Amino acid sequence: MKKLILATALVAISFGASAQRYFSKTAHIKFFSHTSAEDIKADNYKSTIIIDQATGAVQVETLIKSFEFEKALMQEHFNENYLESDKYPKANFKGKGDFSKVNFSADGNYSVNVAGQMTMHGATKDVSAIATIKIAGGKIDGSTKFYVNPRDYNVQIPDVVKGQISEKIEVTVKATLQPLK
Amino acid sequence: MNQRIISKGLISLALLLFFQAIAFAQPSDSTQVTVGDTDLLSLLGGEEEQTYTSATFKTTRIINMHSVENAAAGVMDFRISHRFGFINTGAYDLFGLDQALMRFGLEYGITDRLMVGMGRSNVNKAYDSFLKYKIIRQGSGKRNVPLSVSYFASAVCNTVKWADPDRDNYFSSRMQYTHQLLIARKFNNDLSLQLTPTLVHKNLVPTLQDKNDILAMGFGGRYKLTQRFSVNGEYIYVLPNQISSTYYNSLSLGVDIETGGHVFQLHLTNSTSMLEPGFITESVGQWKNGGIHFGFNVSRVFTVKDKRANPED
Repeated sequence: MKKLILATALVAISFGASAQRYFSKTAHIKFFSHTSAEDIKADNYKSTIIIDQATGAVQVETLIKSFEFEKALMQEHFNENYLESDKYPKANFKGKGDFSKVNFSADGNYSVNVAGQMTMHGATKDVSAIATIKIAGGKIDGSTKFYVNPRDYNVQIPDVVKGQISEKIEVTVKATLQPLK
Repeated sequence: MNQRIISKGLISLALLLFFQAIAFAQPSDSTQVTVGDTDLLSLLGGEEEQTYTSATFKTTRIINMHSVENAAAGVMDFRISHRFGFINTGAYDLFGLDQALMRFGLEYGITDRLMVGMGRSNVNKAYDSFLKYKIIRQGSGKRNVPLSVSYFASAVCNTVKWADPDRDNYFSSRMQYTHQLLIARKFNNDLSLQLTPTLVHKNLVPTLQDKNDILAMGFGGRYKLTQRFSVNGEYIYVLPNQISSTYYNSLSLGVDIETGGHVFQLHLTNSTSMLEPGFITESVGQWKNGGIHFGFNVSRVFTVKDKRANPED
């Protein structure tokens, strides 16, 4: 009997260990550029995010073409002229955060510092942000917000529209994570 | 008894561990799992999303010819095409600038693949309507599709007064139809080319030399010099012995200039009409003696209906 209990315990522990990674394939990334001339926003509901609690690794990846704008022409220009998505189809983030204190199996709220490198339009920059993890009734919601200057990623903005595109674009990421089995 | 329980326990433990080992081994069968940094994402092993090539051309026309581009779903395109008179009319007509030939049209994207449009042109007082459907879209991801193919069909109704009101005139004689396959490829960010097999049908033709069904092949392309400026060209070859010898093949050269919600196309063309039956089969101008028009197309788009799957607030 003892052995059976031991076996069960081992299995339980190892299952617990295998659920140390959490992911979403439908993360929502939103960006918002505010200027006095124009507000521009776009949404992408097809981003992938994965975190590994044990190592603290965080990875996010998204297709530039999956950003949806209200104006189709704006979306075309975003892809064709600004982010050049034929040449640079994806943007990604690779970084680390300390998730050791997060108990994913009980309700609670946590703030985690996440820092790493974001690659977009062929340029890589350091990015850091505070991520919020909210666990309620078994649902794990992660979110974060940070700011991006398009100039840091060599995005060419012609003088005529300079007043319409912010140098401080707000990026919001929201995801409902599930354990990776 | 006791021993059997223990041995059973051991066996089940061994089995469980074995299955778990398999379960753990599985992800590492898939490519490059380096737990920790580099490729956590590969654990998800997601299938690749199909992406479609966008902006093969800047707008729905190359110059006179339709391109494989459509108005996006829910977008209304108000379009004015304008041709001045022939440049060889000389200084008296200020090299054609005294004359104005134009078409204005409203064109709308019903879905991302289907667009319709209608317009009025003062050349032959013609009303036109068309539809254009994207059959194949160039793209990559799950499948690699090397080119885009669209079907274009239009009907044109000329409403000039009958030349001879005394004879029997039928309304059907006013109608002309065009069918085209638009086959295009965006080779890279700058270069796009299009091949356009064409059939024009005219219910009534003026002479025996003119055929009712006319086959032609259109060639078009654009080369981007900057992100917002491109040079465009098109040539339409009409297969021999179908039209009167007073007509020439259409040749047009121009540039596209893009500014925000507008696209301006400036060009030189030997075609007077801005509608397919006209510019494909009835171009009277000749480049070599200055029988060319200076002209422009202006497009302004309006988002009429937000067709996004998840419109955020």
